[in-house]
Amino acid sequence: MDNPLDRILKQYPNTRRDNLLPLLQDIHDSLGYLSEESIIKVSQHLSLPSSKVYGVATFFDQFHFEPQAHFVIRICSGTSCHLSGSAEIMDEFKKTLNIRPGQTTRDGVFRLEEVPCLGACGLSPIVEVNGESHTGFSVQQIADLVEACKENVA
Amino acid sequence: MDFEIEVNNRKITAHQGETILSALHRNGIQVPTLCHMENFTPTGACRMCMVEVEGKSDLIPACSHPVEEWMKLKTHSPRVVKARKTIVELLLANHPDDCLFCVRNNNCELQTLAAELNVRERRFPGKKEKHKIDPSSTSIFRDPEKCILCGRCVRVCEETIGVSTVDFIGRGHSTIIGPTFNKSLNLSNCINCGQCIRACPTGALHEKSHFPELQEALHNPDIQVVVQYSPSIPVTLAEEFGMKAGKDINGILNGILRKIGFDKIFDTAFAADLYTVELAAELQQRIDSDEQLPLFTSDCPGWVKYVEQFRQNLLPNISHCKSPQQMMGTLIKQHYAKEAGISPDKIYSVSLMPCTAKKFEAQREEMTHKGISEVDAVLTTRELAAFIKLNGIDVSDIETEFSDKPYGEKSSAGKIYGVSGGVTESVMRTLYYKNMGRELTPKKVKKARGSKGQREGSLKMKNLELHYAIINGMGHAKELLDEIEKGESKYHFIEVMACPGGCVNGGGQPIDSRKEDIKARGKELYKIDDQSSINRAHRNPHLDSLYENLLEAPRSEISSRLLHTTYKKRDVLP
Repeated sequence: MDNPLDRILKQYPNTRRDNLLPLLQDIHDSLGYLSEESIIKVSQHLSLPSSKVYGVATFFDQFHFEPQAHFVIRICSGTSCHLSGSAEIMDEFKKTLNIRPGQTTRDGVFRLEEVPCLGACGLSPIVEVNGESHTGFSVQQIADLVEACKENVA
Repeated sequence: MDFEIEVNNRKITAHQGETILSALHRNGIQVPTLCHMENFTPTGACRMCMVEVEGKSDLIPACSHPVEEWMKLKTHSPRVVKARKTIVELLLANHPDDCLFCVRNNNCELQTLAAELNVRERRFPGKKEKHKIDPSSTSIFRDPEKCILCGRCVRVCEETIGVSTVDFIGRGHSTIIGPTFNKSLNLSNCINCGQCIRACPTGALHEKSHFPELQEALHNPDIQVVVQYSPSIPVTLAEEFGMKAGKDINGILNGILRKIGFDKIFDTAFAADLYTVELAAELQQRIDSDEQLPLFTSDCPGWVKYVEQFRQNLLPNISHCKSPQQMMGTLIKQHYAKEAGISPDKIYSVSLMPCTAKKFEAQREEMTHKGISEVDAVLTTRELAAFIKLNGIDVSDIETEFSDKPYGEKSSAGKIYGVSGGVTESVMRTLYYKNMGRELTPKKVKKARGSKGQREGSLKMKNLELHYAIINGMGHAKELLDEIEKGESKYHFIEVMACPGGCVNGGGQPIDSRKEDIKARGKELYKIDDQSSINRAHRNPHLDSLYENLLEAPRSEISSRLLHTTYKKRDVLP
């Protein structure tokens, strides 16, 4: 059976090493991250040492090496959002999800990130969920938001 | 084409196309470097070799910049020296302050540079990165906190050995050097050759050591400690004590080892003779039956592991002979023990090797018999020197002595195993004699010698023209191995040494070995061969009596049981 990884590799019959980055990008787009298996298969496909492939991949921030969460929650900690209470929002998210910024919940549903500014200071505080902005956010909305996300996954 | 450039207000001659650094060094102008390695691709990573060029606003790295006709350089102007000093200060900002405890104390390039550049205060109290040490490998100990990211290990592993176990991981200040997925070395595809240790300017890489166990054994009255040393040890050790490279101190080494307290001293070159005779018989058999040719040598444990990992369909072509170290180990634990009336578990068998992969080989499960290792501890040349100092031996005050019977006598053909091509030469001498009933004269097998990465030659015997090839450094193996895997090879016999130059340039040899030193060691081995009266393995009289008393004949049932081994596929990352 064809798994997505093999399908992508098949699209690169040319095994020159300059295919490395496009290949990694395609795999990342498809799987959401670069698994150990994908690094190994890319090495074999391009006849490159796996240390080189891993070295190149880790050079770029765009690549992740763990499965990504269903929902990435970004909380702005810029000046304006901070003054509007983003720190309390962050604290509440930490308590509710039981993770710190930069971590993913064990079930892989949520990831929490602190970001310096989302560029909409007039609408602070801002919480972004998978790229969708929730402006004028308040601590009271957290429980509902989390519930809605969980239902969406189920 | 040559032209003149001006350096520090004096004219020097430069060659068109060379780097600034090469022109400077040739003219005796020293510029410090950390990442530079001769004959490797320059990377310009460390910026220690920066020089000031008139008319250029920035300093430029001498190692990676071609020399040009109009250039006027300053190599030690205040600006340059300040820049270099700052680089060292920045490196030290993130470096553990434990020189006194470091294996490379007094032999560290970073420490030397800090002293030369007169770094006397901590200008940058940087945050020290915390990294886990990696003690997992049987041969190589990794301490990433001491790594300065010069990349020399990365390049040597890729360009010299062709394995690429390690590479840069991450980027910017969080960069580290490590194996794929930053896993530990024992899980990686490392072949344990140790060339990275020799390349490392600091204490980030060093060999795994067994001093305490050895000290225990030496001071335990119930244990007999038996030592063997590789052919290249006696022609290298002198350098560790300030003597000139290539000086043979075999007799002194025997004296030193006895003074330390080793009970029996054997010469691995004796086992090399045994290896030659067994290998020649195996080659003869394969040629007669025209099966599994070419036959590859099996004495280099780095090479053997390489095949087990990367060229598994060539495994049947590797000789079944154990390496000389392991043959000697077997003889010590099984033959010598019986003769001397000692139980094998009361013998501690030590081997002194120019190699870190031998540490790996010694603990392979194939190399134990009823749970008892044939070789209990392997010390590199560097460790041997340290061990001699630890035991307070004054090497300038030692009488020369002989090694012990029955495995102390060797032919000089066993001695040249230390240099690339030596195994081939020894096997050809013996195989010729077995086929023709007379000695190969002259004994020198000219085409087996030399420093080229790949050499080949042939030997005419009766109706057979035997073709042999020598791979001198694993980095040169790929093309030939590809050919062989495709079945397009005329060769009968192929010798492979993972380290270029052979064991004289092994990963366990002195850190600061220069090219000339390595050459001098090889030259000395050939000189010993020229001056020796017993210079063919099959002429070793002690070997005859070993076959008479124990082994019967090469490849006999008993000799196969004791001296031959098997290999296994190892699944590792590509």
